[in-house]
Amino acid sequence: MASQEILREEPRSGSFINDPKVRGIFFQAVVVIVLVALVWWIVQNTIDNLTRLRIASGFGFLRGRAGFDISDSAIAYSSDSTYGRAILVGFINTLIVAVSGIITATIIGFILGVGRLSHNWLIRKICTVYVEVFRNIPPLLVIFFWYSGVLSVLPAPRESINLPFSSFLNQRGFYFPRAVWGEGSWLILVALLLGIAMAWFVARKARQRQMATGQQFPVFWTSAALIIGLPLLAYALSGFPLSFDYPKQSTFNLTGGFQVKPEFLSLYLALSFYTAAFIAEIVRAGIMGVSKGQTEAAGALGLRPGSILRLVVIPQAMRIVIPPLTSQYLNLTKNSSLAIAIGYPDLTATTGTVLNQTGQAIECVLIMMVVYLALSLLTSAIMNVVNARMALVER
Amino acid sequence: MKHIAIGILGAAALGLVASAASAATLDDVKAKGFIQCGVSTGLAGFSAPDDKGDWQGIDADFCRAVAAAVFGDGTKVKFTPLSAKERFTALQSGEIDVLSRNTTWTINRDTALGLNFVGITYYDGQGFMINAKKLPGVNSALQLSGAAVCVQSGTTTELNLADYFKSNKMEYNPVVFEKLEEVNAAYDAGRCDVYTTDQSGLYGIRLTLGAPADHVVLPEIISKEPLGPAVRQGDDQWYHIVKWTYFALLQAEELGITKANVDEMKNSDNPEIKRVLGTEPDTKIGTDLGVSNDWVVNIVKAVGNYGEMFERNVGSGSPLKIARGINALWTKGGLQYSPPIR
Repeated sequence: MASQEILREEPRSGSFINDPKVRGIFFQAVVVIVLVALVWWIVQNTIDNLTRLRIASGFGFLRGRAGFDISDSAIAYSSDSTYGRAILVGFINTLIVAVSGIITATIIGFILGVGRLSHNWLIRKICTVYVEVFRNIPPLLVIFFWYSGVLSVLPAPRESINLPFSSFLNQRGFYFPRAVWGEGSWLILVALLLGIAMAWFVARKARQRQMATGQQFPVFWTSAALIIGLPLLAYALSGFPLSFDYPKQSTFNLTGGFQVKPEFLSLYLALSFYTAAFIAEIVRAGIMGVSKGQTEAAGALGLRPGSILRLVVIPQAMRIVIPPLTSQYLNLTKNSSLAIAIGYPDLTATTGTVLNQTGQAIECVLIMMVVYLALSLLTSAIMNVVNARMALVER
Repeated sequence: MKHIAIGILGAAALGLVASAASAATLDDVKAKGFIQCGVSTGLAGFSAPDDKGDWQGIDADFCRAVAAAVFGDGTKVKFTPLSAKERFTALQSGEIDVLSRNTTWTINRDTALGLNFVGITYYDGQGFMINAKKLPGVNSALQLSGAAVCVQSGTTTELNLADYFKSNKMEYNPVVFEKLEEVNAAYDAGRCDVYTTDQSGLYGIRLTLGAPADHVVLPEIISKEPLGPAVRQGDDQWYHIVKWTYFALLQAEELGITKANVDEMKNSDNPEIKRVLGTEPDTKIGTDLGVSNDWVVNIVKAVGNYGEMFERNVGSGSPLKIARGINALWTKGGLQYSPPIR
């Protein structure tokens, strides 16, 4: 070993070729040049072929009139809107299903993960069976299970199942009364925001006080009173401006109210339940990764089992959990493109329709790739920030 | 070599780079020994696999006719089932040689997509189907305001639907799927009230539903849907072969040449029949086209004439029982008309 190092340091007179530094730079430059040439070649060939085949190209088509309708849209959209807006509608739908799926999957996953380590035999086994079943089924099948197996066997609109609060469930989806905000209802929103801000302030003060004096303050109940009480007060003061639009039976469907379509429901439920199985395993691994000595030490300090889990084990487990959790979030977001199988108008579905109506295949695929990439990078970035805050602060 | 490399790299980079779409499709087809034909994923009467797995229908038979013209053998076809969304990319990229998949001819597809439609093998129009048992009072499409409508995505159907409801100031709820089977299943399960597609398709789909007798096709036709085969732009020879295969089918019907009597007809003294069947001495009609001179004989032997093809697949000889209507020959009051083969 030593002799090799000596050899390397010894300068060879006049021989550039054998200089490791020059060689290194040379080969890296070659790789970069080849890569650039390759990319340029592919792009050039694509352009040549498109021109030769007389296929129109460019992104100008995005300004054209779409001409088709989309069933689920969070923003104003009609067949008169542009192709670009249709893609935006799809993107927002992907975002909605991804965010709601991530939240639900995390909650279910944490409950299951902790449940798998429970001392109760029944809870432990139920959680194990759940994880093993869902983890081993392809997500597409889970989606079909919810769509064809559960939601489509519900009754027809005329025989809707009546639920409390004038809600209805039938094979066209879940209908519930839609809140119609009257005059002065902005006061309620202001009160809600004020309540949240005050609750945050109280929690901060309480923590500072506990740090300084060791006295505890009932933060939870105070916050709840602030967040719920203030808007209620505002509601009463502004003269009860809230009314409801109830779903009613019409010739074909229920009209009015708010409708959650079965396509969204089955995709959301399937992705949540499927990903939750993986999150459960990550949480279990995280908890088991915290050394037993920590639990025992906490126990020796007199903490109760619930507090040990909440204050000692989970904060340490989070450091192990967050990096693999990020990949599960990314998986869920990307799996949402399976929506196409059940006709939920997500990014893949709407861009696919645009692709087919315009024939701009390369442009549309590029748009999808860039959007999914950006979405994934954004998720990673957010999770990295969370991870950095959770990481062990070394003193 | 260059083409192969482009194909691999392009496919890897974009999954669909328009690659080795060689100018001489005829040479490629002859070299590989068969025609790659893009069909639907299963639409009764047009292109659907039967219980033995053989593709049946007008669109499938049209590809057999092209194979018969090129190879003298109607079996030299391989079928690629394509969704509405995949069909144009498959043709543009050279994956298939002919797209014969109940596809509507529009100006946009003819110009911006790099396709050439060869003709109209079936004149169709978009219609609506409802479950008459569940919706007794409905007998016109104008009563459909508020309905949930099942439709296949990426089709002209989807666009006509939006236009029709908008122009009649009616509301509707689109329920959109990518694959035909998914639309069928959703309609059959009651996810939507109305099914809309080309009227010929509705008759075919009705047969596959749980209780066909419960469903009725409403009388309104809301669009023109001229369905026909298409080829890539930039290869005039191949375009002509496919186009004249279609005309030959019509010409054969017009002259009364059928699968049964084609051999007999070869001895006919009628100069027109002799010209079409290539029995005229020193004829160059077939070779000028790039095929053999007995190409029409081969076509008719393989699939019969246009009328036979129609009756067998969608007409009286099929469960669909669709009348010839505007698809009759021009001599019988229809729109099917072939330029002279001479």
